[in-house]
This record gives sequence, structure tokens and C-alpha cells, in this order.
Amino acid sequence: MKNKSLISINDFSKEDYFNILNLAEEFRQNPNQKLLENHIVASLFFEPSTRTRLSFETAVQKLGGRVIGFSEASNSSTSKGESLKDTILTVSRYADLIVMRHPIEGSARHASEVSDKPIINAGDGSNQHPTQCLLDLYSIRKTQGTLENLNLFLVGDLKYGRTVHSLLMAIAQFNPVFNFVSPPSLRMPTEYKDHLEELGVKYYEHDDLNENINHADIIYVTRVQKERFSDPMDYEKVKNAYILKNKMLDNTKSNLKIMHPLPRVNEISTDVDKNEKAYYFDQAENGVYTRMAIMATMLGLK
Amino acid sequence: MKSELTVKAIENGTVIDHIQAENLYKIISIIGIEQIETEVFIGNNLDSKKYGKKAIIKIADKFPSMDDVNKIALIDPNAVINIIKDFKVVEKKQVVLPEKIKKFVKCINPKCITNHEDVETSFKVVKKDGKIGLKCYYCEKVTGQNNIEIIK
Repeated sequence: MKNKSLISINDFSKEDYFNILNLAEEFRQNPNQKLLENHIVASLFFEPSTRTRLSFETAVQKLGGRVIGFSEASNSSTSKGESLKDTILTVSRYADLIVMRHPIEGSARHASEVSDKPIINAGDGSNQHPTQCLLDLYSIRKTQGTLENLNLFLVGDLKYGRTVHSLLMAIAQFNPVFNFVSPPSLRMPTEYKDHLEELGVKYYEHDDLNENINHADIIYVTRVQKERFSDPMDYEKVKNAYILKNKMLDNTKSNLKIMHPLPRVNEISTDVDKNEKAYYFDQAENGVYTRMAIMATMLGLK
Repeated sequence: MKSELTVKAIENGTVIDHIQAENLYKIISIIGIEQIETEVFIGNNLDSKKYGKKAIIKIADKFPSMDDVNKIALIDPNAVINIIKDFKVVEKKQVVLPEKIKKFVKCINPKCITNHEDVETSFKVVKKDGKIGLKCYYCEKVTGQNNIEIIK
């Protein structure tokens, strides 16, 4: 897979997923592999995303590589009016691999056509964030032992949530049951539900979090953002219906894990953090191993 | 009276027939008629048994490539192309929906890179419930048949 870019989770086959997940597991068990020594990774964040950037930069450093880049567009030549194409053409002369986050959708795909070095999409607007999806798959397989036949609850903003859309598309290939929990105005878009119907995957929609979660293997919580509501009153009415509290977990399955792409605001109550079913900080750590695996794979070093 | 005769016959060239009347102007913009220097005859709102009202375009001495012709399928899949030689139809072609569309359609997503930088659009043609959609190669959003906008 050398010099291949990672732009969209939809470009990947099941086999590609498993290769990355297996390698991520290898890095977790033996993180001390200096495969990126003498390599320079460019970390181009045209919009800020502290968590994703730190995760990537940690992954590079663990592999012994060095990082160049910027953390927001105002620190880059974009603020002087340079085109994305020119920025990428220049940086690809400096670095061996480019990690980029950009607010414009399709920007990473365009960069991969321009650059002769691999591009890793660290988020392009509301379109794709494939490394998040792969680390979610890693976390699910790690905790459940499989990706097959799982019951997943996706909770929160299912309309605009890029993370839940990518996860749905990836997991749909493994015979899951989905439960969608969201305010009526933030339901899973029809195109995704149609896709599940075509594949014969069962899904159920709920207006609130209730005892149905006792059947869950994974509860994946996302933030319901106030700015998604045109009327602030509508937000006030629904905001408390999607908060996961520790006492709601009493009768849940022993293998249940609670995931969240972070940052969390109040949608998972802090009393859940000590519950062994809380997995979101482990999930963040898994992101580092997954990104190590992705970079090593793209550079053909593994 | 046959509608072909309502619009002047051409000796040699191409006739695009069986266009639904409402689609005429979109098709005109797709095939770039303003750049054609030979004679062009256009009839609109002609009586048609099939559609009620149809349109027809006759272009003298031009034989478009199938790539150009197939673009018409995006707008009107029922259009028929007749190649005329010596006032006779020597070939009849049904337009065929292409698998990919490049350059001439705009992506509906205002946040798509093709609407921000000098990047040619590129789509995969997808079908859903009998309707055509264009899935953008860059932003992965689908532009529906009703929202197809031609880039000049």
C-alpha cells in the first residue's frame, strides 16, 4: 500500500481495515519501533483541532519521526491567499508524508491528486475523518473481540455527525443491529438508513435514552451542539434527554463499552468516568496506535 | 403534419429529437450551441403524441461525439439523436447515461473544493428510485437531477 493516501473510509476494503487494526495492535504491544527515523511528517491544520493534531504528532514522535507544520490557517501562507494546490506542492517537497485537516470538503482528495507524497485526511469539513473511524473500529474490536453481530447505540447528533456516519458505513458490513437515539430534528439522514435497508441491516430509532440500552454492546455518544438548533428553546427542551448517567448502566451487559470521540461537554455525566464500561479515554489512546499503524502503512514501512 | 417538417429540414447534420419541451434550454446550454457556426434550427412546444409538447434541435454539418451526446442523457434520457445525410436519417441513436461526468456540471455543495479552487468537477452517476444523481468525487455529496447546473 506504499504511497497510498488515506482520504475516505469508503476507499477501504474489509481487508484494509484488518491490516491497519492488526498493525495498531502490534504497536500497542510494542510501541518502541523507530520506523519514522529520518522521516519528516507535515502536519497541516488549516483549521484548529487540538486533539487530532496532538494524537498524530504523538504518533510521529513515538515512531521517531519529526513534525513540521501549523495548527491554524492564520499561521500559514493560506492567509496570504496561496491556493491549497500550491501549499501542497511546496510542502510535498519538504516532507515524506502530509497529514491535513481542512474546512473545505474534498480538499484532501484534491491534495492527493496534486502531491506525490501520501496524504492522510485528518478531517475535511463535514465529509470524512477516516483515522477517527479506524480508531473507533480498533476500539470496538479490542473490547468486543470482533466486529461481527454487534448491537450499537449511536446517540446525539446523528444528522451532522461525520463520525457516526463513517462508523455506520464501516460497521454495516459486519451484520450489526443499530439503535439511533437523537432529537427528531437531528435524526440519521435517510441516505444512510436507505443504505442499511439495501444491506438488510436492522435499525431502530428512539427519542430518548432508556432501558433499551440494556441490550447494547457499544454506546457511542456524540455531542448535541446548541448551534444546530435554530430556536434555542428547542435545544433547552431536548438537551437533558441525551445525557448518559451512571445509574442508567446498572442493568447493562457486562461487555458494554461507552465510546465518545471527545471533546465531551455534558452528554456523558462525569460519574460514568469511574465505571469500567467507560472507554472514551482508552479510545483516545488507541488513536495514537491506530495513527502509527496508518502512517507506517502509507509509507510502506510495515 | 409530421413535426419534423415544422422545422426546416437539413441536408446533412444532426437532429436531436424527442426532447421534452421543458428540457430544451438546459440541453442547449449543455451542447454549447452558441459556439456552433453552422445553421441551427430549434423548434419548441411542438405537438407530440408521446409527450404532449416536445422540442427539436437541428444542427447542419455537425456530427457530435458520443461523449457530448451522452451528456444529454443527464437532462433527458429519452432524447434521440438522428444523423442526417442527403436529407435522410442514416443512423438513430438513443442517448446513454455515462458512468462518469467531468467538468461541465457544478457540485451543489457550497463547501466543496470544486467551488473554492480551480479544480474540475468529477462525478459518478448514481441512480436512486429511477432518479439520477451525481456523486462528487471530491466532497462525496450527491447533486440531484433537479439541481444540475451547467458550468459555462
